[in-house]
Amino acid sequence: MNVIDIQGATKVFNPGRSNQVEALAEIDLAVEHGEFITLIGPSGCGKSTLLRLIASLISPSTGSVQVNDKPAEQARLDRDYGMAFQTAGLFDWRTVTKNIELPLELMGWSKGDRRRRASEMLELVKLSEFAKHHPNELSGGMQQRVAIARALAFSPSLLLMDEPFGALDEMTREHMQDELLRIWKETGTTVVFVTHSIPEAVYLSTRVLVMSPRPGTIASNISVSLGDRSAATRDDPAFFKKVTEVRIALREVEE
Amino acid sequence: MNALKGFSAPVAAGVVLFGVWQGVLSLFNPEGFVLPAPSEIVGALIDNWDEVYHGARITGFVVVSGLVAGIILGIIAALLVTRFRTANETITPLAVAINAIPIIALAPIFNNWFGLTSPRSNQAIVVALVFFPIFINTTRGLTQVDRSQIELMESYAASRSRITREVRIPNAMPFFFTALKLATSLAVIAAIVAEYFGGRQDALGPMITQSAGLTRYDEAWAAVLAGTAIGAVLYFAVLVIERLAMPWHSLIRARIDEP
Amino acid sequence: MPNTDTMADTDDPLVREHRIKQQAAQEQRRDAVVRVVRQTVTFVVFLGLLAGLYTGYKAFGQAIDDRQHDWAVIGSVLPRTDDLNMPPVSEIFGQFGETPGGQDQIYVKILFDEALFTLREAFAGFMVGLVIGMAIALALAQWRRLEQGLLPYVIASQTIPLIAIAPIIVIWGRKNFDVFPWEWQDWMSVSIIATYLTFFPVAVNGLRGLQSPRPENQELMESYAASWSQTLWRLRLPASLPYLFAALKIAATSSIVGAIVGEISAGVEGGLGRRVLREAFNYTTGPDRLFASVLGAAVLGIFVFLVVTGAERLVVGRQNRGAAA
Repeated sequence: MNVIDIQGATKVFNPGRSNQVEALAEIDLAVEHGEFITLIGPSGCGKSTLLRLIASLISPSTGSVQVNDKPAEQARLDRDYGMAFQTAGLFDWRTVTKNIELPLELMGWSKGDRRRRASEMLELVKLSEFAKHHPNELSGGMQQRVAIARALAFSPSLLLMDEPFGALDEMTREHMQDELLRIWKETGTTVVFVTHSIPEAVYLSTRVLVMSPRPGTIASNISVSLGDRSAATRDDPAFFKKVTEVRIALREVEE
Repeated sequence: MNALKGFSAPVAAGVVLFGVWQGVLSLFNPEGFVLPAPSEIVGALIDNWDEVYHGARITGFVVVSGLVAGIILGIIAALLVTRFRTANETITPLAVAINAIPIIALAPIFNNWFGLTSPRSNQAIVVALVFFPIFINTTRGLTQVDRSQIELMESYAASRSRITREVRIPNAMPFFFTALKLATSLAVIAAIVAEYFGGRQDALGPMITQSAGLTRYDEAWAAVLAGTAIGAVLYFAVLVIERLAMPWHSLIRARIDEP
Repeated sequence: MPNTDTMADTDDPLVREHRIKQQAAQEQRRDAVVRVVRQTVTFVVFLGLLAGLYTGYKAFGQAIDDRQHDWAVIGSVLPRTDDLNMPPVSEIFGQFGETPGGQDQIYVKILFDEALFTLREAFAGFMVGLVIGMAIALALAQWRRLEQGLLPYVIASQTIPLIAIAPIIVIWGRKNFDVFPWEWQDWMSVSIIATYLTFFPVAVNGLRGLQSPRPENQELMESYAASWSQTLWRLRLPASLPYLFAALKIAATSSIVGAIVGEISAGVEGGLGRRVLREAFNYTTGPDRLFASVLGAAVLGIFVFLVVTGAERLVVGRQNRGAAA
């Protein structure tokens, strides 16, 4: 069964007006359970738009988007996916625990269940000792970990991530990538991940989708099988080969 | 076309607002209602034009002179205080607290100092009321400067006054104008209220109380309308000056910052 | 490396980075305490300086005998210095302990009671203004068309010197407000003026605050399929609090101004405004009492400002802590 099924989806912003933009053209995409998909492409290629179509934060102009075998809108109402953004987007006025509890609150979980779940999630992202801190007291990388914990709190079968590590420095970023892979393996969640970075895409995913500039299409579909990742993977010739492959694919779409 | 678009919503809302106001009052015509219909107010304004215009000139003079003096003093004080770091750190919070004092309560003291029938005491009230927001916000603007811009200027070995001119003053402009917009409407209110306590008896303030005392509400409101007009003209003038002074600051939005 | 032992108990680089950051925040908190102490000391010193300046100027004026001359400055820009115009500081403060004619209470107690009365008027008006202001902010935030249409009028409403018609409101209140289950009191009319001065900053800053959440926070709530009221209570209202408090500081002080001026022009007895006016009438026999009552009004204004500032620290203090570290 496919977690995501997109058929002939297009997106046109401001149709019929002078500022009309054709963002996506004829996207077909099927994502299987347990995959780690990255979307990569030049600025303005519609990566984020595609992610928001899956999340049903915007609706397609034509075509259909199915998540868990139902329309994406229904999947959103059923809270089938968790989402993380480029900025951690934590609520400044809530403690770390209360931030993670936010979706559970909205889903009507009891207080005790929420507390228990939040402390499990904090353990997962290794922030237990910061449960009562406020976001502003944490570093950027830690904030992003809280955001991931929040996205995973209600055990969604799908995790949508929009350049979540884009604002982090290189060292923190590599650290967070390892964390994310560990969590992905532990939870068995399907991930769709938008990024600008070629090494990040190759290191994380089972499949890299290279998108072409506006109107966005999926130009190539590169499977990655590097086995279990570790620090050694980053120096592996097979890793560099894949990086080069993606780079060439990107260069082709830019021309 | 686009310029028209920006005005259509306020104009439509205005037509509805004044239409409802006029309609309700002419339909039900409540006895002794404090708020006369717009047509009655305009009628009273036309009937008493000479008197109202005369009062508005007197009150307007108090407002404008007080405003100008308050602005000049506020800017001078801000420039002085930002020259010395410790002075700034101690005086600014002090000024913020003092700004919370109901300055209008000083009116009786000022009246005794400057004479009961002299507009000087009313001016003093306006000056005191305008001074604090201008001083506080200008000081903030002069000090809350992007560190890297200062460092850039220092890397050019720019002099202190040069840095003030090139970086601090442009940075302070939006802060200053925010305070100025607040100060203009405060100045009108302060002048009119101060005129209750003393000052010239043919100004707008006494005109309002006297008309109200005789239950001639339409005349009282005609005088209020004149006060509103002074405030509106000044506010609009500030908007124009802001535009001219800061052509790079494209967004002119309604906002109140902490004074 | 002196710091090694405090840093070595974790190998998570993020946690290590956090520890360093926290140390900086702690130092900053210590600085904040120092700042409060320093500000209090400054305030006292400032009051002393002010009293010194006042006394010094008075002594100077007496020395040059300003009463006998027609100076250009003294008497127009600066006051004359006789005891009627500038009663000595000691006598002004001495008034607080006196019992003015026919009263069995000392003056400071009378002022305190009257300040409470004025505070009640201002607070009632302030609360109503807060509700109305937030309602307007919510409506304008909800419908963009409404914002475009009405915001100019909300701003224009503040150029109307409503204080000016305070007496009319009192008369009107007595005549027309018998629709309420309670009897209309004159002080409620004064509260209306405080309301009018309060609602505006609340509406303008509330609107800005409600619109302040970043797009990704809005999207997050949408991704949870959160309802309008859930988004309001969990995102937009909390996000508006810092903006709101900036407005409340202005509103609290203007509600006091509104109450004082309202009392004065509406003839409502029992508050500080009326007290100042009465002392102004009796100026020639007790100038020091006028100065003392004006000081009382000043203290009330600063008190209200400090209360709101303290509430702000409590409510939005923690979320900002470390933000600057």
